[in-house]
Parts: sequence; C-alpha cells; structure tokens
Amino acid sequence: MGIYLDNAATTKMSRTAINAMLPYMDGIYGNPSSLHSAGQAANEALTDARGRIAKLLGCEAREITFPSGGSEADNQAIVSAARMGERKGKRHIVSTAIEHHAVLHTLNALQKQGFEITLLDVPENGYVTSEQVRDAIRPDTCLVTVMYANNEIGTVQPIAEIGAVCRERGVLFHTDAVQAVGHLVIDVKAQNIDLLSLSAHKFHGPKGIGALYARKGVLLTNLIEGGAQERGKRAGTENIPAIMGMAAAMEEACSNLGANAAKLTALRDRLIAGLSEIPHSILNGDPLQRLPGNVNFCFEGIEGESLLLLLDDKGIAASSGSACTSGSLDPSHVLLAIGRVHDIAHGSLRLSLSEENTEEEIDYTIGAVKEVVAYLRSISPIWRDLVSGKKEFLIK
Amino acid sequence: MALYSEKVMDHFRNPRNVGVIEDADGIGEVGNAKCGDIMKIYLKIENDTIADVKFETFGCGSAIASSSMATELIKGKPVSEALALTNQAVVEALDGLPAHKLHCSVLAEEAIKSALKDYYDRNGIAYDHGQFPDCESCGHCHAETT
Repeated sequence: MGIYLDNAATTKMSRTAINAMLPYMDGIYGNPSSLHSAGQAANEALTDARGRIAKLLGCEAREITFPSGGSEADNQAIVSAARMGERKGKRHIVSTAIEHHAVLHTLNALQKQGFEITLLDVPENGYVTSEQVRDAIRPDTCLVTVMYANNEIGTVQPIAEIGAVCRERGVLFHTDAVQAVGHLVIDVKAQNIDLLSLSAHKFHGPKGIGALYARKGVLLTNLIEGGAQERGKRAGTENIPAIMGMAAAMEEACSNLGANAAKLTALRDRLIAGLSEIPHSILNGDPLQRLPGNVNFCFEGIEGESLLLLLDDKGIAASSGSACTSGSLDPSHVLLAIGRVHDIAHGSLRLSLSEENTEEEIDYTIGAVKEVVAYLRSISPIWRDLVSGKKEFLIK
Repeated sequence: MALYSEKVMDHFRNPRNVGVIEDADGIGEVGNAKCGDIMKIYLKIENDTIADVKFETFGCGSAIASSSMATELIKGKPVSEALALTNQAVVEALDGLPAHKLHCSVLAEEAIKSALKDYYDRNGIAYDHGQFPDCESCGHCHAETT
C-alpha cells in the first residue's frame, strides 16, 4: 500500500469534486457562450461556481476569473499590475527570494523589460515581515507580491499585515495563495489583498484549473487573446467540468478547514518530533508559523534523490529540494535563501500531508526515513569524514 | 520509477562493493558536496591486478549505481584495463542513463583513475599525466543552469 506524502505537489481528487464534474461532461456539455438552452445551462453553472468561489474568498463574483492554474494566475496578476504601474511611470516591484518560479520567472521577464525588482531576503525561518515590505516600498513601486504560504518549507506569511502596509502606501498587493487556499482562512477584503492566485489541484480539485481574484478596479492584462470569455480577460472556452470540480472541492475544503487543520497539525508535529530524533538533521521553516501539512528536513551527509528513491521502494511518495531531483544543478532556491548551504540543501526531504493520512502511516514513515538515512550515511564518504572528525558537522 | 533502467535501479538498490579497504593501495575521491555528488574508490592491487575494490558515494541514484557498476567492471582486471575504463562503458553496462545524469558515469571513471594515480604516486611508478584529466574537465558543476 502506498503512503502519499506529496500533497504540496498535487492531491488526490475528492469524490465530491469528481461527482460535481461528471454531469458537465456528458449531460450539461454546452458552450457557455452559446445562446441555445444547452449553452445557457452551462453558463448558469459557470455563474454559480464563480459566485461560490467568490463567497469563499470574501469577494464579488465579478472579481474572479478562471485561468488554467496557479502559474497562469501568477503570470497574469503580476503582468497586469506591472502594466498598470507602467502607465503611471512606476516600474518597481517588491517580492521575496522564496517565491514560486511562476512568480520569480515572471519577475525576471519584467526585469528584462526595464522593471526594477527588489527581492526581500528571508531569515532562517523563512518569514517575511511587514516592516521589510514597508522599507522596500518606494514612490515608484507598483506591486508587492508575497506568497501566502511557501510550497517547500511551509512558512505562512503575515499577509494581512503586508496587505495593510500596501493599502496604506497605495501599492497593489498580490499573493500567490496556491498552497494556502483550502488550508488556511482567507478573506481578501479584510486582508487588503488586491490580487490572489489559487490552483484547484492543491485542495483535492482537478488539475488544469485555477482562479484569479482581481479586486474591482485592477485592470487585467490578457495573456491569451481570442474570444470574449471571462469578460474579455481570458480567452478560450471555459473548462466547465474543471470549474465545477474546483468549486465543489474548495467548498468542501473550506467547510472542513478547522477540523482538517487540527488533524494535520497533530500528524505534522508527530512527524516533526519523530524525524528530529535523527542526529544531524534540521527542520526547515518556522516550527509553528507553517502550513498544517508541511514537513521539511535536511539530513547532513546524504543526497535527496537517493533518499526519495529508497522511500519510494518502501511505498512512500515524497519530494526533495535536491538538485538531482529538479534537473537543474542547484538545489532549491528556497533552501538556499533561508541559509542552507549547498551541501546541506542537497539532503532535503519534503513530506506534505493530507487529512487522509493516518498516525500509523506517520509512524511507519518515521521508521522508514530513519532507516534510509542511516543506510545512505553508511555508504557516504562525507558522513565518514564527519564522524571521524575530519570535517566539521554543519548541522549540530 | 521509469527515470532509470532496471539495471541502474538494481545497482542502486543492491550496490556491489560498497565499503572501505583499510589498507588500500590507492584511494581516489572526486566530486564535491556543493554539486551533490562525491565518489571515493579504494583499490587493493596485487600482481598488477585489481585484487579488490570498494566504494563510498554521496549522491543520487545514478551516482551510486555508476560507482557500483564501475567497481564491478574493474574488479579482477589488470590495472591497464582499469585505467582504460570509460564512462561510456559504465553507461552501456547500466543500459543507459538519462542525459542529465551522464556526469555520474564521468565521475565514476574519474574516481577510478584518481585511485590508480594515487597508487602510482605511492609506488613511484612513472605515468603519463595526460591520462588523468582533473575534475574540471567534466564541466558538470560549471555548466550553465537552465
């Protein structure tokens, strides 16, 4: 039996979400843009889903559009804010060093177009403060974009405080909430969020669909030109089944949010306590200010990919920030940003839980990780040097 | 996982010749922790033959499998054959490696050459320095990040 601990990568779809999609595949399959009844039935469903998602975020239906997922939402949010700023001669954007690549690479592209980007450093716990944001905002700043919760180390940022600073300074505030929606309480109005990205498959919804909240008055720039769907802001026939699945999954996740968070936090802390017993290991991210389901460790003297492969052999699906697992040469930019040196960052392990995981699975995983880490250390020349005192441990 | 051939997974899961030779005649260590892989090879040489070989590796699945296969390929062979081992031979014996993992096989070849060089140095045996390219020649750690 497999133990799936990679829910930050993607989740299993819930039965509720699947059931919500099915009628829109062979029953109500019309194109919402069509005038006939079949089309209008689909259009009604679309309107209904938009309203339900808006309600869960605390905004109006007209402030929600449906992009293909988190990456597209991040791209469109940032480009839109940049274009709005540009028109007023504002070409400076504030973000953080630990954003998702969907944000960082969009910022890189804007930088090549003449925008100035300030990436805030983060301390070891990965926590950005509103003071840092306040200090970084300049008269020509057009956007602050800070992720709600980090996908690797789980750190949850002080979004309401950052939102308040941005509102006070008259700067647009975007948050990539892909890891947060369905797991943390969000209210875009109360938190002064102007733009928010979310992705359905992170909360047991379908892949290939997300939502972008853009506060009334924030003018979206089209990334995809074509028909007049989504009030002209996102061309392409709406993916009705996926949108219905997303709305159902989001309602389900949000209505069970408190109970799920309590269960996940208990499992998470059990896992953290167990893995902390491994000598020369360190928890990445803040121990408390983190997503209920996120656990991320570095183990000195071993490399992450071999750890993942051996855990997979034991039926455990996990993830790592090691370079070898990403296909790039550098380990995770997030781990480097919180001060983990390359040698340590290569030996990272992320375990991301869902409410379906059990205590038995957590205990089995603790045992399996201990066993695999000990084995890999036993064949590692670095470990030999560390144990023999030839080299100094980087993790005490 | 389909990332690797069955041969690679076999050598990764059940690596041959893992360990240390306390009274080794030659030891070679290549790679660095910053790049995410280090290989260390220990050789016992008798009558100009690789009488025994052991390895320790810090690295990914293909690094461990490449070390294991490389030691298998030289064990019991004359030193001259061990010296002639190429990374291509390691890759072929493993039924291939993904393109971005080829450097692991290069590291295995270099680790063996480095251990043989150490053996020559310890015993005052003359050799052609051109036979021993340094770590830099692999280029892995210096390549552009995509």
